[in-house]
Amino acid sequence: MTFSTEDMARRASKEIPAGSIVNLGIGLPTQVADYLPVGHAWLHSENGLLGTGPFPFEGEEDPNLINAGKQTVTVLPGGSTFDSAASFGMIRGGHVDVAILGAMQVAANGDIANWAVPGGKVMGIGGAMDLASGCKNVIAMMQHVTKKNEHKLVARCDYPLTATRVVTLVITDLGVFAPTGEAFRIVELAPGVTREQAIAATGAPLV
Amino acid sequence: MVGRHANKVVASIEEALAPLTDGMTILCGGFGLSGNPEALIKGVVARGVKDLTLVSNNAGNMGKGLALWLKAGIVKKVICSYIGGNEDLHTRMASGEVKVEITPQGTLAERLRAAGAGIPAFYTPTGVGTVVEEGKETKEIDGRRYILERALPGDVALVRANRADRFGNLRFWRTGRNFNPVMATAAKLSIVECDQLVDNGAISPDDVHLAGIFVHRIVHVAEHENAFEFRTVRKRP
Repeated sequence: MTFSTEDMARRASKEIPAGSIVNLGIGLPTQVADYLPVGHAWLHSENGLLGTGPFPFEGEEDPNLINAGKQTVTVLPGGSTFDSAASFGMIRGGHVDVAILGAMQVAANGDIANWAVPGGKVMGIGGAMDLASGCKNVIAMMQHVTKKNEHKLVARCDYPLTATRVVTLVITDLGVFAPTGEAFRIVELAPGVTREQAIAATGAPLV
Repeated sequence: MVGRHANKVVASIEEALAPLTDGMTILCGGFGLSGNPEALIKGVVARGVKDLTLVSNNAGNMGKGLALWLKAGIVKKVICSYIGGNEDLHTRMASGEVKVEITPQGTLAERLRAAGAGIPAFYTPTGVGTVVEEGKETKEIDGRRYILERALPGDVALVRANRADRFGNLRFWRTGRNFNPVMATAAKLSIVECDQLVDNGAISPDDVHLAGIFVHRIVHVAEHENAFEFRTVRKRP
């Protein structure tokens, strides 16, 4: 047994303090919103929205009301819209409390690589570097190994970096792990996952 | 004598775009396909200018928006933050037809903001220790390293507003605002395409999102496609 993506999203939601400002990265992290109680936190979308609400009801979607993943969304009472410079001022200025980001690699020293695969198609940086270096608490959410069984929790990232020494917690299908500098500390293992399994799947010391 | 803030409203897209010439740097508002100055984008292709440097967060997507410029072969360089599924840009970048400079999104926004505010360069923490830092000056301030990034001014800005008055005071709609205001500030000539054109005074001064000082030409375009990228909905209970 491992954590499903739903389990990972549910587990990640527990890391969000009530009344905080949160930016959920595109893809897997977006699902974390499904497990946050209504009114628990304020969701920030870097394209210029604070107070992002759930998807609109059919027929009420507005192409000019979207999240950073370019999905149609709603805005909650108390929400606000602003331009891109103000939005990234919020991020860079340390006003966003938590960012939950997808990742390709996370290193034991907290480095994160999540925007480019060496030799792969260049998708671009988007808001990834601003979010990873600007948010107060950066949590990575990803599968523990690649589809080819390569390590993603590593001693040093060899993919192009997004930011250095920023990740405080990694949530994977095998459990929850904290970068400590030289190693990852096991915070918890998914039900049925053994320590030996996690050690074998991790490219850095696991303590 | 007539100052440059007289008579900004023009009758047509053609007239609005008349000052464009080959080789210009054009800043274009929009995040993906939302908040795009759709008629101005189409009008630039019809205008027949080429060798443009395009500054845009995405440079179009799904064959729409600024992808029209790529298909028309009028762009020599793109400065953007994200390509994603924009196949028109991927193929032209791979073939070398279009040079692409990728910059972090917040750095792109701030480079534009700085250009409009008379700041030639600024220090930012974004990108430190990554490829973004390569070839740039860095400085340690109070124990943290920063990258020196340059302002990004343009010749022309193409802007989409929800509502404009005749002086060019603008209001935007929801997340259609995105890069539009900062781009308007950063260009020598800002051309606005508005959904609604109203008389001066119809927008309360306290409700203006961008002051008309940053706007030079206004064209009213009532109908827009407003393309969806991902139409995500939930069922009614």
